[in-house]
Amino acid sequence: MGITVEHISKTYGNFTALRDVSLEIRSGQLTALLGPSGSGKTTLLRIIAGLEIPDPGSGAIRFSREDMADRRVQERRVGFVFQHYALFRHLTVFENVAFGLRVRPRADRPSRKEIAERVHTLLDLVQLDGMAERYPSQLSGGQRQRVALARALAVEPKVLLLDEPFGALDARVRKQLRAWLRHLHQEIRVTSVFVTHDQDEALEVADHVVIMNEGRIEQEGTPESVFHQPATEFVMNFLGDVNVFHARVEDGKISFASLRLDAPGHADSADAPARVFVRPHELDLAREPGPAPSLPATVLTVHAAGPTVRLQLRTPLGETLVAVITQARFRDLDVKCGDQVHVAPRDLHVFLPPPDRAM
Amino acid sequence: MAFLARRHSVLPGFGPTLGFSFLYLSLVVLIPLSLLFFRSADLGWGGFWNVITSPRVVAACRLSFGAAFAGAAVNAVCGLVVAWTLVRYRFPGQRLLDAVIDLPFALPTAVSGIALTTLYAPTGWLGRPLDAIGLKGAFSPLGVTIALTFIGLPFVVRTLQPALEDLDLDQEEAAAVLGASRWRTLRRIVLPAITPALLTGFALAFARGLGEYGSVVFISGNMPMRTEIAPLLIVAKLEQYDYAGAAAIAVLLLVASFLLLLTINLLQRWSGRRHMRGA
Repeated sequence: MGITVEHISKTYGNFTALRDVSLEIRSGQLTALLGPSGSGKTTLLRIIAGLEIPDPGSGAIRFSREDMADRRVQERRVGFVFQHYALFRHLTVFENVAFGLRVRPRADRPSRKEIAERVHTLLDLVQLDGMAERYPSQLSGGQRQRVALARALAVEPKVLLLDEPFGALDARVRKQLRAWLRHLHQEIRVTSVFVTHDQDEALEVADHVVIMNEGRIEQEGTPESVFHQPATEFVMNFLGDVNVFHARVEDGKISFASLRLDAPGHADSADAPARVFVRPHELDLAREPGPAPSLPATVLTVHAAGPTVRLQLRTPLGETLVAVITQARFRDLDVKCGDQVHVAPRDLHVFLPPPDRAM
Repeated sequence: MAFLARRHSVLPGFGPTLGFSFLYLSLVVLIPLSLLFFRSADLGWGGFWNVITSPRVVAACRLSFGAAFAGAAVNAVCGLVVAWTLVRYRFPGQRLLDAVIDLPFALPTAVSGIALTTLYAPTGWLGRPLDAIGLKGAFSPLGVTIALTFIGLPFVVRTLQPALEDLDLDQEEAAAVLGASRWRTLRRIVLPAITPALLTGFALAFARGLGEYGSVVFISGNMPMRTEIAPLLIVAKLEQYDYAGAAAIAVLLLVASFLLLLTINLLQRWSGRRHMRGA
């Protein structure tokens, strides 16, 4: 079931959490709401769940085509996984998962036997069947998170909403659970939305990524499209490390540092100041200047402990750059701190400042 | 135990503090209380039994326990609502209301006793309407219960407030998302979480009610067999120089309330442990 968000705004006192946000969440997909803290992503998730009410007069939340405005949170049939799990501490794992079934009105409450079967099926699904009689305090963080997920799925939700589902876990468990969530979603195919501030998590797990900033949607699309074609400086910055140059667009060319290159997508732009972004892995390093335009630079630091090698460089103009190259290339180059190298950008992203904001 | 703790702890202090605690508790609580047992022992078993089974003593104890229990029970319910309101909502005059809770602590008990008596006497503001529906406010067991309710309120509210502040709002939201009505969420999720604090508050209010003297003697009317409370009976015996008799009643009160508090404590431990450490 798809979710439509139409012109939703939300303010708390004089803080604006969401500014006229519209979004289409397609049925059966796993969508990530990605943004820094304070970007409004959790507020949006809570509004979809019915845990917050949008500003009066702002738009609508629709499930399929049905307006949810006067549906209370109890009636929306959503599964919600809280950042800190919010498990019921005085109930066993079994009772936690069974809760949503037990509180149904008698007419559509499953029998004891059906409830027990359903709970065990779900605990099986989240690989916790042996833990049914434990209390939440006896489980590890990752196990608690999976109980929270089983509890949310027990009511057969039409939509599954997850608020920073891996936020409180340590790095290793986080990675495992990420892959597992991806796998689980392929199995159950319920429309899911999860909130995260971790771009790797969003890009790795989601079918569709929505990047939010200051209460607005900056860009949305597949992980590949947002990563390779960032629409704004914010998205470019947020999705990974970048090198930034102050530049000028002139006659369809971009000039920065000592370089003058074709400006992708700005062939017809008027002359203007601009900013150039290059990702560290898109800088080529060489001992001697090659055919491609390049910048001379000095190696400041080398960090080679890892799958790739990370170098800090300084241009003669005093700008500091970060380049990431493969271990093989690093061995070929054989550079040390203080060596001279030539840096050639393979791919660059040019952003003109918005007309109302002078640089 | 003390020896082990001293040897293995980087931050010593167990030995001296335990020693001090024992000494202090002995001086302040245990020695005075044990004197009571010695005094009542003057009577011998038979004498002791005669004192505590005399109809007047039985009636007084029944009233004391009954009224203290009823007062604590009323406070457990109403105090919970008051504490909830103070913790969960922000409203003008909140600070003032919060301060009012402590008044029963602060007022000299005789003052509250006289004020309550004036209010609930058959000619008083609240006594008159009660009289009209056939209830006697002052000078009745009901009056005793009213006074003990007044005295016990801060105990319940003040023990519940921190417990309510600690409650995890997420859990209530989780219950709502899962389809639980508000009422059901309160009963199944909130109440179990605050039960230990509620029991503590109840126990404190009850214990205070048993020993309360000042505020009750005015409103009760002190009619033997009807509205005479156990602490008053003790005073009456003391005034007749019947020290052993007074001590015997005191011992009865002491043992009974100690057992009750112990039971409540165990209940609390049990309900607390169930989810802290599991089954």
